[in-house]
Amino acid sequence: MRPTLPSLIHILVPVKRSIDYAVKIRVASDQKGVDTSVKHSMNPFDEIAVEEAIKLRERSKELVESITAVSIGPAKSVDTIRTALAMGADTGIHITTPENVTVEPVSVAHALKAVVEKNKYDLIIMGKQAIDDDSGSTGGMLAGMLGWSQASFASKLEVESSGAVKVTREIDGGLEKLETKLPVIVTTDLRLNEPRFATLPNIMKAKKKKIESFKPEDLGLDFKPRMETISVSEPPVRQGGQKVESVDELISRMKSAGVV
Amino acid sequence: MLLRQVASASRLSRSLTASTSTASSQRFASSLVFLEHKGGKLNDSSLSAVTAAQAIDSNASGIVIGSKKDVDGVLEQAKKISGLKTIYTASHDSFDHTLAETVAPFLAKFLPSKSITHLFAAHTAVGKNVFPRTAGILDTSMIADIIAVESDGNTFTRPIYAGNAILKLKCNDEIKVVTVRTTAFDKAKLEGSASVEEVQPQTEEAATKFVSEELTVSSRPDLSSAPRVVSGGRALKSKETFDEVMDPLADALGAAVGASRAAVDAGYADNSLQVGQTGKVVAPELYVAVGISGAIQHLAGMKESKMIVAINKDPDAPIFQVADAGLVADLFTAVPELVQKLPKANA
Repeated sequence: MRPTLPSLIHILVPVKRSIDYAVKIRVASDQKGVDTSVKHSMNPFDEIAVEEAIKLRERSKELVESITAVSIGPAKSVDTIRTALAMGADTGIHITTPENVTVEPVSVAHALKAVVEKNKYDLIIMGKQAIDDDSGSTGGMLAGMLGWSQASFASKLEVESSGAVKVTREIDGGLEKLETKLPVIVTTDLRLNEPRFATLPNIMKAKKKKIESFKPEDLGLDFKPRMETISVSEPPVRQGGQKVESVDELISRMKSAGVV
Repeated sequence: MLLRQVASASRLSRSLTASTSTASSQRFASSLVFLEHKGGKLNDSSLSAVTAAQAIDSNASGIVIGSKKDVDGVLEQAKKISGLKTIYTASHDSFDHTLAETVAPFLAKFLPSKSITHLFAAHTAVGKNVFPRTAGILDTSMIADIIAVESDGNTFTRPIYAGNAILKLKCNDEIKVVTVRTTAFDKAKLEGSASVEEVQPQTEEAATKFVSEELTVSSRPDLSSAPRVVSGGRALKSKETFDEVMDPLADALGAAVGASRAAVDAGYADNSLQVGQTGKVVAPELYVAVGISGAIQHLAGMKESKMIVAINKDPDAPIFQVADAGLVADLFTAVPELVQKLPKANA
């Protein structure tokens, strides 16, 4: 941790390109993954993270020096970084991986750690989970690796110029308020904000913004998987789809199932 | 790295002495279950994590970490968990409210010191907060929200893509940090008698301080473990009508109340009641979906329920594809009628 607190903060926002949340996914015939030839977009929780970074700057202009979006993934992940730039991030970093290679959360955390060690950042805002692997572990892992404070599942975030950070977290049964200091990693809950749409002029402007590209070996990274996929299969199909005509019939069905 | 080498060396000597008496597939496994608690009470969800741990290690142990004022009461309950041989405990004020910044570093030192290969916890808000950090410090994989574990201790099954695909994986890391989907494992019984071993709390200075919490107070059963759940969606129209329609139904069934994301976003119900991919996952005996269309993200949180009942005006709502009994009707007339006609025994 730095001894003095910064007056101008640098924000890093990791974003992931994932299958669009509205797509009904199909398991691939070789049972090693899912069909990825479908619509992709930015992981919804990461959109919330980008929005929050921009909101922080809008709330107090003198507070935020820079917002950098970073993505680890194949060539097409550049689109996701461009989306973040069109929303209002300043610059992008792309760590390129070969097509169809899954980078595990622990490797993503290592990659983000390498980015943090290369540049100066005070605040990392990232999604609480990716909606594809549903693991929800990258933010916490990175916080552990860096020894930074963490505020998971944030539904409210306040950052003061003194470096004090106030966070409201969604926990089981309600809300929890924490106070901490920069540097901190915040993971976003759905309730944090409503992400904005990028306007056409901003999309055009984003094309001129700089995206730095790195290969994993440039940063001394090795994405060798620690887990093997044995199989990806369809979940058991539910035998549903039965309709009843009346409340009475509904109750008799519930009775015969022994639930009332 | 040093920690990991020490861990593997001590595990090797352990495995040599144990190899004659233990099945070869299990001789490396040594499981520890993180026993979650709040307000001096053991959290039931940890009992599902115990069952998962026992699948690979019949001599699993447990650990209770917290402030002194909480730990003693929790230990009395923890000692009775069937299948746990030893309950380790460490108490310190800095562990209060299970802050990740203090609990995770402690666990990351404790696991190698006892040659633990598997840390199990429930996939709750606490598990999701503390265990990624623990895994990060240990530089090891975290395997989240498992629904099955095989006896080799390396092979796990977990849902991905909001439960629309099931991933079976083999993890090659020496230490595995695992969270357990509580609805996928039976709860361990409370009829054991474990021994208690106190551990010195090694604490680290943390910048993070707990300020306050606001919990939703309810006399109804807890959503995650309730045998019956009634959930309302956007069609409930307002907070007032949500309460007017759902409360009597919940009371008549002795059920917990849940909600769809649409209902939560619109302010009809509290955030902590959201059922789905990003909220709670429930698998009750009976799930009654009222005015919920049945988006992928909602189904992810309830489709393992034993019986699903749906009441919706729209005959094409996707919820009817998974419902065991679906009624196409206006919920504002159907639900009161249902409440009135339900057997009084459930009142």
